[in-house]
Amino acid sequence: MIYKVISKKEFRRFVDLLVKSNSSFGPQQVDTDSRGNPVYQFKPVQTVDEIAFDYTATASSAKHFFLPFREELSSFTFHKDGWEQKISYDAEPVVLVGLRACDISALNILDDVLLNGHFPSPYYLAKRKNSFVIGMDHLPLPDCFCKSMSHHTVTTGFNLFCSDIGDNYYLSINSSKAFNFLKEFETRDPLYEDNCLLVERRKLIQHGFTTEIDVTALPSILDIEFDSPVWEKWGQKCLNCGTCAMVCPSCYCYSLTESFETNLKGAKREKRLYSCNLVDFAVVAGGHNFRPKNGDRLKYRYYHQHRGFAENDNQQICVGCNRCGRACLAGINPKDVINDLRMEKESCLTCVSSSPART
Amino acid sequence: MPDLRFVIPRQNINREDFASSSPDFNHRSEMMNTDRGFKCRITNIVQLTEQEKLFQLRIVDPLERARFRFKPGQFLMLELPGYGDVPISISSSSANHEFLELCIRKAGHVTSALFTIEEGAYVAIRGPFGSLFPMDEMAGHNVFLIAGGLGIAPLRAPLFWINEHRDRFLDVNLLYGAKEPSQLLFTWQFEEWEKINHIRLHTIVEHGDAAWRGKRGMITDLFNDISVDVKKSYAIVCGPPIMFKFVCGYLDKLGIPMNRMFVSLERRMHCGMGKCCRCMVGSTFTCIDGPVFDYWSVMNLKEAI
Ligand SMILES: Cc1cc2nc3c(=O)[nH]c(=O)nc-3n(C[C@H](O)[C@H](O)[C@H](O)COP(=O)(O)OP(=O)(O)OC[C@H]3O[C@@H](n4cnc5c(N)ncnc54)[C@H](O)[C@@H]3O)c2cc1C
Ligand code: SF4
Ligand code: SF4
Ligand code: FES
Repeated sequence: MIYKVISKKEFRRFVDLLVKSNSSFGPQQVDTDSRGNPVYQFKPVQTVDEIAFDYTATASSAKHFFLPFREELSSFTFHKDGWEQKISYDAEPVVLVGLRACDISALNILDDVLLNGHFPSPYYLAKRKNSFVIGMDHLPLPDCFCKSMSHHTVTTGFNLFCSDIGDNYYLSINSSKAFNFLKEFETRDPLYEDNCLLVERRKLIQHGFTTEIDVTALPSILDIEFDSPVWEKWGQKCLNCGTCAMVCPSCYCYSLTESFETNLKGAKREKRLYSCNLVDFAVVAGGHNFRPKNGDRLKYRYYHQHRGFAENDNQQICVGCNRCGRACLAGINPKDVINDLRMEKESCLTCVSSSPART
Repeated sequence: MPDLRFVIPRQNINREDFASSSPDFNHRSEMMNTDRGFKCRITNIVQLTEQEKLFQLRIVDPLERARFRFKPGQFLMLELPGYGDVPISISSSSANHEFLELCIRKAGHVTSALFTIEEGAYVAIRGPFGSLFPMDEMAGHNVFLIAGGLGIAPLRAPLFWINEHRDRFLDVNLLYGAKEPSQLLFTWQFEEWEKINHIRLHTIVEHGDAAWRGKRGMITDLFNDISVDVKKSYAIVCGPPIMFKFVCGYLDKLGIPMNRMFVSLERRMHCGMGKCCRCMVGSTFTCIDGPVFDYWSVMNLKEAI
């Protein structure tokens, strides 16, 4: 890692040139929610002025650049005697500007699951290799709990990470590509004062968290409380809509659909992101559902997110962005569910707070 | 003006590329291209019952055929282009490198489509995936092979293995139960197994018709006539999930250690590679750590049976 300092003006010049020369995405306000708060999403950008650098958090995560909602895995063309299968792992190079630390952490977790396991995914790898990620730190929102999950800072998984230290950005350069790009721009080595400012900034972020979740020994609590009535209670509220998994930066489950072209001369295998909250997630032939109840399915999402599976050494995969909590129409959010599970007083069994308001 | 165009060109990722970057790269995938199906020709189809057919497949490409190796207990993803893919246990001998046999029950979308194809058609297979029955560990012991209904399909591979290495095993008992006599599969092999391979065969049905002269009842009833040396025995149990509880529970009471009983679990599967999470049981995936689990692991996995 190489550290540099760049003035905000020069940084904008750099980003401007970068997004002009590449297919790029950055946060933009797309809507206002019912409380009047802006809603942000990653959108294609052509100039630096289109990027909302001061955004809070995007509603959907950046995982969709790597795990698109629909992705063609292979295609078949039929001919007189048989068929031919075509597979392509091609990925368009993209520049992603303004990812938060937790977003990048989630990508690292996906790397772990999808690239280091038994069967590395070439589709994901192609996309990951063909991306240029610029991270930016931010002050936590009232409902972020990434500090509890230790994902409020990142040290790998990005090309460039910017910490806001007043008039300048403190850059962590993590790839030779980023270093070479920056050679053309005016940067300087950090001075003692810059380092002090960075420490100040980190402290500010560190102390900015108002939501904390106690995750000590949570994996074993999840095991022990497997039959807890808490799941039933929250399950009753769940609408089985799957929104939580769609917006989550680290949910990656999918479904496979195969379909014929309309001219019947070909077929394609398509992967679609799925959610373990959807009713037919574990239905097998004959109609048996291994997880028939809402609560069973909701529990599995928490089980996967907070207990972790053997595939990534039983590490928790939730990064604490609370996107699922914000998006859930039924007001289900990790903080309340986990506190309930820990039998904490602050969220009692009868009253359920709605999704926390955003500032 | 400096040129900041993104420099990495479109690339064709090949497997060697990330073999080096992933330390945990599994030997199974080194051998094969997991995302591409091996093209297979259906060389023979035998209608076993109304609901079950035995498909014989041959991998078209000679090199792929030579490299395709599996162990008893493993399964493959069978794909009918345009319809989808389904996990199917390999039901033939692991020493048979020419042909693969799959015993398939008509159950839904893909399997129904499979029932309409004829000899000479082409399908694709991916795999083999999953864990194995520890045949080497079982050597030198008595083996109980216990099958209920279609459970005989995954049991055929270990059975063939035992037949090919018969001298390594002590007594081998095959206990096979079905609802009705007509649902007993592979009856034409019974004699061969008994007379040539010296396997003690016990069959039982729940509802026997007039012509049935064998036993009636539950599969555990068969143990009434068998003496089990619990210190020297291993068991493989395949069948519907309720059977696991029944049979393994029974064997557990007899005193066979839990880690010497093996079951093969079934879950919905969409990848076979630990990526889609459809097959999760407890904190693990059936496709990677299973489908073969010892009974101890199954007892410790949440919602396994
Ligand atoms: C390890 C393993 C080995 C198996 N071995 C055999 C075998 O040797 N012979 C045999 O007849 N059947 C076997 N099955 C069950 C077989 O996979 C299902 O019958 C088949 O997937 C049904 O697919 P379908 O499209 O016809 O049914 P649908 O109901 O239309 O299923 C749609 C999808 O659900 C999934 N699915 C449905 N049922 C199951 C199920 N029981 N298990 C896993 N996935 C399911 C499949 O991915 C399928 O694409 C095995 C299952 C597993 C997990
Ligand atoms: S938890 Fe909320 S967002 Fe997730 S499926 Fe249930 S209702 Fe939908
Ligand atoms: S589970 Fe919720 S809080 Fe955790 S990473 Fe996913 S969206 Fe964020
Ligand atoms: S089949 Fe996809 S994870 Fe097991």
